[in-house]
Amino acid sequence: MDLTLSDRHRALRADLREFIARHGHRSPPVGGGGGRKRPDQRVLDWQSLLIEHGFAARSVPTRYGGYGAEHDVLDAALITEAFNAAGISLGIQGQGIRMLVPTLLEVGNEEQRRRWIGPTIRGELHWAQGYSEPEAGSDLASLRTRAHVEDGNFVINGQKIWTSSAHYADMMFLLVRTEPDRPKHLGISYLLLPMATSGIEVRPLATMTGHATFNEVFFTDVRLPTDQIVLGRGDGWKVANVTLKHERMLLGDSSKLVHRLHRLRALLAETVVDGAPLLSRPVWRDRFLRLQGEVLAGKYHQMRLLSEASRDQDSGLGLLVVKYYGTTLAWRLATLAVDALGEAGLAYEPHDEVGEDSAATAWYADWMYDLGLIIGGGSSNIQKNIIAERGLGMPREPKPMGGA
Amino acid sequence: MDFGLSEDQRQFGEALRRFLSDRVTMELRRAGGDAALWAGLTELGVPGLLVPEEAGGAGLGMLDAALVGEALGRHAAPTPFLGSAVLAPVALRSTAHLPELAAGRMRVAVGLGALTGSTGTCTLRRDGGRISGNLTGLIDAAGATHLLLALPDGALALVAAYAEGVTLRPRPSLDRLRPLADVDLTAAPAEWLAADAARVLDAGRVVLAAETLGAAQSMLDQAVVYAGQRRQFGRSIASFQGVKHACAEMAAWLEPCRAFVWYAAQAQDAPDAEAHLLACQVKAHLDEVARDVARHATEVHGGMGFTELLGLPFWFKRIAANRQVLGGPERCREEAAAAQGLAA
Repeated sequence: MDLTLSDRHRALRADLREFIARHGHRSPPVGGGGGRKRPDQRVLDWQSLLIEHGFAARSVPTRYGGYGAEHDVLDAALITEAFNAAGISLGIQGQGIRMLVPTLLEVGNEEQRRRWIGPTIRGELHWAQGYSEPEAGSDLASLRTRAHVEDGNFVINGQKIWTSSAHYADMMFLLVRTEPDRPKHLGISYLLLPMATSGIEVRPLATMTGHATFNEVFFTDVRLPTDQIVLGRGDGWKVANVTLKHERMLLGDSSKLVHRLHRLRALLAETVVDGAPLLSRPVWRDRFLRLQGEVLAGKYHQMRLLSEASRDQDSGLGLLVVKYYGTTLAWRLATLAVDALGEAGLAYEPHDEVGEDSAATAWYADWMYDLGLIIGGGSSNIQKNIIAERGLGMPREPKPMGGA
Repeated sequence: MDFGLSEDQRQFGEALRRFLSDRVTMELRRAGGDAALWAGLTELGVPGLLVPEEAGGAGLGMLDAALVGEALGRHAAPTPFLGSAVLAPVALRSTAHLPELAAGRMRVAVGLGALTGSTGTCTLRRDGGRISGNLTGLIDAAGATHLLLALPDGALALVAAYAEGVTLRPRPSLDRLRPLADVDLTAAPAEWLAADAARVLDAGRVVLAAETLGAAQSMLDQAVVYAGQRRQFGRSIASFQGVKHACAEMAAWLEPCRAFVWYAAQAQDAPDAEAHLLACQVKAHLDEVARDVARHATEVHGGMGFTELLGLPFWFKRIAANRQVLGGPERCREEAAAAQGLAA
């Protein structure tokens, strides 16, 4: 085991220190549960500064507007770690940047890459993800939103749900059933749809956080030229799996846990009850230390996974547990925070488009939003199926008789 | 950066696993061990792992010791590894005893309860240059040639087990594979050691964490295998979500522990300001995770898990006993708090 960094990685770390010292104060604020508004000028300026220094869109080729560095998992980890430790923003984290861009780089055509990647990474163009439907959640491949072809256009009818940021998105990448006669996984296509197209109706869904983050989206005879498809008809499931692979790793990222543990420690040290900070009281201290142990395990586990990824080694079970471990632990960290806030934390005033949330509101919003992350992106119960079946080699649930 | 094991470590681990699967049978566990097992491990160089090369050892580090601990835990092997190959070499660093330790001839029972908030009795005191008093709950006491003892003032002493004034009384233990003893000392001759007791404890805690990890991993593996074989309602119980989710939960908690143990072990040999914090936290964390794994893996086995028929209680009890040795998780977390300036 060699925990020393190479010269190149040490140089990157030095660059990061210098960048944060010089520009850190220009970062927009972080935390408070998910992207819920269109980025303002401060966010856009920060994003372009990050791309210019290679701390966002790092491995996106320059011809598409990125920084053009070789992909290196440790680079990405060092950047995330340094930014999280400094409590500054990693830039825009929307589904366009996190999921669509890597997907187009892997399976998109040249025209699609040139048209969509640049404005997306700059934060000028926002994407919603149209995957889940009322009857297709964990069993996503059973989705029913359909499209038939008429005069060179797909004509889309159906409904999506849990669609983050659809209320301000410019575009949607979505899965629709275009080949109803083929087996369910092979009848799906992956389309790129402008949200301004007529026939689309977006209805915000009120969630427990009080922030408008989710929507229902209805499609009535929505027309889209048939060339607005990634790969071919019936390839949608394959394309979506490229995207989901990128999501699962992001949802359990341990540097977020480390940063949250720091914030939690500060909160426990600052919260004084009966003349003594909570952190000096054995009951609270022990709760904090238990969580610290769990975060340390997650942190070193991620170092192991990164190292294995950089050797192109398949981490198997090690990778499959990340989403479940990380999201449930993040929630429990926030749980201790809301307990520490106590009665005073009950003053809950979420802001949407304007204004920043108070610290107490941000902790509560994180706490509730994290429950959403435990559910979204493959719910924890589905994760446990995946861990058991793919990680431990246990048999699948027998299919019900006559099922699809 | 390369966060992983070296080729040498992988090869040694492989040889050790082969040896242990061959030798550590259920019959051996039921018999409480035999002399041939330690002799065989001595041939593999296990007692001298942490002993410097110039004293006849392998001069390896804490990560190597942790990997051996993990393998011994996985096989629920009855060996004096913790006392004689981990705690003693660290406590006896730069003494003349090292060659005897490396040769596997010196066997050391350990009583550090005075330093770890033990609920047992410790009335040990200096008696001139000698040592008097009583201590309960020495670990790795079977076949001991020496005793490594801590006094309440933090001093470490080495006492020959057969010296005058030493009365060692074996005592039954929950974990039959790690025998306990009480000791009465009356002006027993003592060799006072210069080693830092905290470093000795940290080494022991890391190796206990590794052993507990191995034992818990074995329980999970056994649960998955058993569930795959047991049929009810016309299908393998491994296809029921209740059983699958219990196993997935165990795996999700256990899998990240491996890297934590490796890192904490490596930190003991590096100039790492957090080495003590990590040793305390890794033991506390493994104690907690493994207790849940031990419970749920036993449940997956149903009534068979509760009986001695499959031998599962050997692992269950090893995990339960490791938790209490060298400071339980509450104690370890208190020390971890102090190490980061959080104690009241």
